[in-house]
Amino acid sequence: MPKAEYRLILKHADEPGYTVDIDCYLRHGGYQVLKKALAMAPDQIIQEVKISGLRGRGGAGFPTGVKWGFINHEKNTKPVYLLCNADESEPGTFKDRQIIYKDPHQLIEGMVISAYANRAHLAYIYIRGEFAKGAEILEKALAEARERNFLGKNILGSGYDLEIYVFRGAGAYICGEETGLIESLEGKRAYPRIKPPYFPAVLGLYMCPTIVNNVETLCHVKHIVEMGGAEYARIGTPNNTGTRIWCVSGDVNKPGYYEYPCGAITFGELLYEVCGGIRNGNKLKAVIPGGSSAKVLRADKKYKIPRKKEDGSTEMIEMGLEDIPLDFDTVAATGSMSGSGGIIVMDHTRDMVECLRNIAEFYAHESCGQCTPCREGSLWMKKMLDRICSGGGRPEDSKLLLEVANHIAGRTICAFGEACAWPVQSFVEMFGEEFEAKQRRESSLEILEPVTTRTA
Amino acid sequence: MNATEKDVPQLEESFIEEAERIISQYPVSKRSASLPLLHLWQKHFGFVSPQGVQWIAEKLDLEPIAVEEIATFYPMIRQRPLGHYQFKVCRTLSCALAGSYEIFEYIKKSCKTVNEVGHHVYVSEDGKFSVEFVECLAACGNAPVMMLNEEEWMDVTQTKIDAILNHLMREKKKEEF
Repeated sequence: MPKAEYRLILKHADEPGYTVDIDCYLRHGGYQVLKKALAMAPDQIIQEVKISGLRGRGGAGFPTGVKWGFINHEKNTKPVYLLCNADESEPGTFKDRQIIYKDPHQLIEGMVISAYANRAHLAYIYIRGEFAKGAEILEKALAEARERNFLGKNILGSGYDLEIYVFRGAGAYICGEETGLIESLEGKRAYPRIKPPYFPAVLGLYMCPTIVNNVETLCHVKHIVEMGGAEYARIGTPNNTGTRIWCVSGDVNKPGYYEYPCGAITFGELLYEVCGGIRNGNKLKAVIPGGSSAKVLRADKKYKIPRKKEDGSTEMIEMGLEDIPLDFDTVAATGSMSGSGGIIVMDHTRDMVECLRNIAEFYAHESCGQCTPCREGSLWMKKMLDRICSGGGRPEDSKLLLEVANHIAGRTICAFGEACAWPVQSFVEMFGEEFEAKQRRESSLEILEPVTTRTA
Repeated sequence: MNATEKDVPQLEESFIEEAERIISQYPVSKRSASLPLLHLWQKHFGFVSPQGVQWIAEKLDLEPIAVEEIATFYPMIRQRPLGHYQFKVCRTLSCALAGSYEIFEYIKKSCKTVNEVGHHVYVSEDGKFSVEFVECLAACGNAPVMMLNEEEWMDVTQTKIDAILNHLMREKKKEEF
């Protein structure tokens, strides 16, 4: 029997008869936590979020309470904005979509509480352009919330005003980067801003203090206020609190989204028990643990993971991929990251050079073009991989791929540089023999399935 | 930009009201309404013409180049018409692992989309269908995924494509588009 899920955010998402309308949400206790929150002081809510240890669920895993604490409300004289990042564009990730499409009022309630805590009176939901239906669902839910006075002027008689609008993106991945998102919302190309000085909490939307949080993160805020920060912190493990939604796709029998407390389940348990094992009875070859920008992990490799001993000291233990618990810190200790929670699984028949070529095409297409190393390097890597896959590889190509990747990471305004370099670095490092064989044009790997049927 | 005010098509009152409603959502800066207005224009006319750029720029008190530069940045904003029925197939890894490249080829063949009008973008001779590859559609658990105009389709198979096309062909007879 697979481990039972602990559904906090997705508690009602797939419940029979549960709908997106406000009456259904109210029947399930909706907006009760907002009433509780409005009776609290804003700083009290920020404190509870800090105590909860909540880490952002968008990718970077930064502590939410700390981020909120960057705004100095005593000295600040400008308006504060709250932006919900619903531009879910990281390949392998589809959790925010489920929340928006199945429980939009949970997000709105989380947003109103978060906006109140941060003294924001205007908030936007930046939703990716492709989620046309999601935008409609949210517009309708916002109208319902306005009608019941959970939004708008003098919310529930508290004297607090807030308006939330939906802003639809138009297919650019870089809008998921918080400063790119802000530029886009200001009506410009989504060119990320350099930090410092443009930390959104200081110089964000319209050069005012701005909090940008992911959809899932804002939903967690509602549950933190409901149960209290300390109680919430008991879910998961220290420094990795709360639940996470893991999105699994690729070569498993039951791809989908699954919610568990952080660290409560291992890769092996998730893939073999929850997701029904590897497709067609094949063997697991590799996993990308946190969206396509995360470094790939090889299934037959051992990873050195630090573990705290009873006396407080730390020891390094070796673990196979399948035994690694899914939480922020342990996955980071493998050299990769749990990022957005999007796990892409590849079985032993997959050609890893082709898989990387597919990923490289994505990043070459999505580079905003602002920084030269990223703009030129991402396209160069994609072209090299095209050539290798087409049979024109050269023995020195692996080294050159790494050189280009190494010259992108750390040399760009935003983390897109790392996002396009890390897959290349890790695929070449982990599966060097496949690159070499392809570059030597050997046919020993012909049994591997191509990822794609070439169109040209 | 050669468009002048008289080139702008006659716009319905409801279109202008919707544009005003959108602009009101950005009380601090009207410029923020650029992308939403481009979406509105595209929904109405199928693509954003130079006249559309001109109209939006005037509405937001911007230079046309400020609107043009975002119209050309965002992949979903079109500067030319595509098919009446637009298939957008996800190309990214999870979908590719589930066979999206085969789905793409199947749609191309079934819709006789022979004219390549852009990288991975094909339009049929009669201009009624277009098919293109797009990047991740964020439904990887139900790969392969595609969109038909603004509607999302998951777990796409060739059989599903046949059923969709049969339905569209019946619609075609009815509407004589």
